[in-house]
Amino acid sequence: MKSSASLERSRQTTKVVTYIVLILGAIVMIFPFVWMILTSSKTVPESMQIPPTFFPAQLILDNFRDAVASLPFLNLYVNTALMVFFRVICAVVFSSMAGYAFAKLNFKGKNILFGIILVQMALPSQIFIIPQYQMVAKMGLANTIFALVFPGIVSAFGTFFLRQTYMGIPTEIGEAAYLDGCNQWQTFYKVMFPLTGTSVAALTIFTAVFAYGDLMWPLVVNSDLKMMTLSSGLATLRGQFTTNFPVLMAGSLLAMLPMVVLYMIFQRQFIEGIASTGGK
Amino acid sequence: MKQGMRLSAAAKREQNWAYIMVAPTIIGLIVLNLWPFIQTLYTSFCEHLGFGHYKFSGLDNYIAMFQSPEFWKATWNTIYFCILTVPLGLILALLVAMLLNAKLKGKGVFRTIFFLPMVCAPAAVTMVWRWIFNADYGILNQVFGAHVNWITDPKVVMISCAIVAIWSNIGYDAVLLLAGLQNISKSYYEAANIDGASKVTQFFQITLPMVSPTLFVVMIMRLMASVKVYDLIYMMVEETNPAITSVQSLMYLFYRSSFIAGDRGYGSAIVIWTVLLIGLVTIIQFVGQKKWVNYDV
Repeated sequence: MKSSASLERSRQTTKVVTYIVLILGAIVMIFPFVWMILTSSKTVPESMQIPPTFFPAQLILDNFRDAVASLPFLNLYVNTALMVFFRVICAVVFSSMAGYAFAKLNFKGKNILFGIILVQMALPSQIFIIPQYQMVAKMGLANTIFALVFPGIVSAFGTFFLRQTYMGIPTEIGEAAYLDGCNQWQTFYKVMFPLTGTSVAALTIFTAVFAYGDLMWPLVVNSDLKMMTLSSGLATLRGQFTTNFPVLMAGSLLAMLPMVVLYMIFQRQFIEGIASTGGK
Repeated sequence: MKQGMRLSAAAKREQNWAYIMVAPTIIGLIVLNLWPFIQTLYTSFCEHLGFGHYKFSGLDNYIAMFQSPEFWKATWNTIYFCILTVPLGLILALLVAMLLNAKLKGKGVFRTIFFLPMVCAPAAVTMVWRWIFNADYGILNQVFGAHVNWITDPKVVMISCAIVAIWSNIGYDAVLLLAGLQNISKSYYEAANIDGASKVTQFFQITLPMVSPTLFVVMIMRLMASVKVYDLIYMMVEETNPAITSVQSLMYLFYRSSFIAGDRGYGSAIVIWTVLLIGLVTIIQFVGQKKWVNYDV
């Protein structure tokens, strides 16, 4: 009896320690965001006060106004949204088709073609950047939305990921549809594709988050400020306001807001989706 | 005979559909990846004359590269970055995963908070860290009454970048590891409790071996991503910062050589070298895994 009471006590202690460590960790994780928000509402002298103040003296929007004045945020939002949208559509449509074919259909050269996909996944994207840039430049399409989407038109990872999903769907389901008179395309489109919702959502989120955060490609291919993405635009803001941190914080907040809002709404899908694509 | 003919016609139809369905992806990969890969390999042996024109120059780029102290420093910086971030990052992520694996209220809230940096553009989160690390007015120096030049001191700047990297990735790695932990059957721990094994013993005898396959996958992924590090360091340390040589990674040097200096042949050589480095690291990992990864259960 006594031992079970002490066991219960030690269990309680473990729980308290776990909470304390998690809360401390959460503070470390959340603090930079809180500090970003607080700083974005301070004046420059206020932000440089020694000792520092924690809360701003009053809520001001001047910094946001300055950030918007020096960076065409409306363009950046639209550019980023269009880039993400087209990359997601391309990744989902083309990868679903190819993933289904690789998983369920027999054709000559399947292994070699699948080999290309595996090789692409193993190589860092920077190895493609110079020639990709030269292609875009040669077509005269630098500083366009197309240029932003270009490297993401197809997704080797998406194909691999959806192939795994289709492999997990029993072949009998497809065969039944086939015997009912569907051709391969109809079997794929009407029967199999609708079964992959979770994976398609995961690929969508994964593609969107990484396109959103990508920095090198947008910097290289779109040098016109009006054609930049939120990430690359923010990099130029860094050069403009080297010590005006309130404006930099306001700009950073504006840049990350859309994705954070989406994340807050679809937390579970984001976390589980990105985790299920884990490894890339 | 007739049956066989019909079957082969169906098989042929199936094959045609398959080709149609893989065509966009395969054509795209050839144009966007396979061909560029060959081009990069080729241009690494060329001198860039400007405007995308090249002249074959043999091993010149590689010779120049291997003779450049800046290049070797960038290689070391990249390896140093991996040493600083990968082991500590994984240990912390495993700790977080184990804490989140306990029966707790509010687990979801913690998971959401730890995962948050993952959905924020690296450009944006690095900006706030620059502010926190600011030598004169940054909150870190203020709170500790120190005057560390987090971003401009060549000896410190890599540590600052490593802190940001670990902070950014801990939640993502923890979520992956949590999935591995949840697969461990509770009965192992119950048996160990009856035997009176301590928590520490349980960790080394049960948790670590059982989670090791997941840990291995996360480690490979984290290592490959760390060798390619660019955006975070680029945002932390601008080109005019005197500490840049102490922190510049291979991919940062690649970016500057190829797109700022315009020396694309040299840049291609750097990226080929990086691929070889990634290959080497991966081989070492796969050989080394036999010593510690447990696939028996």
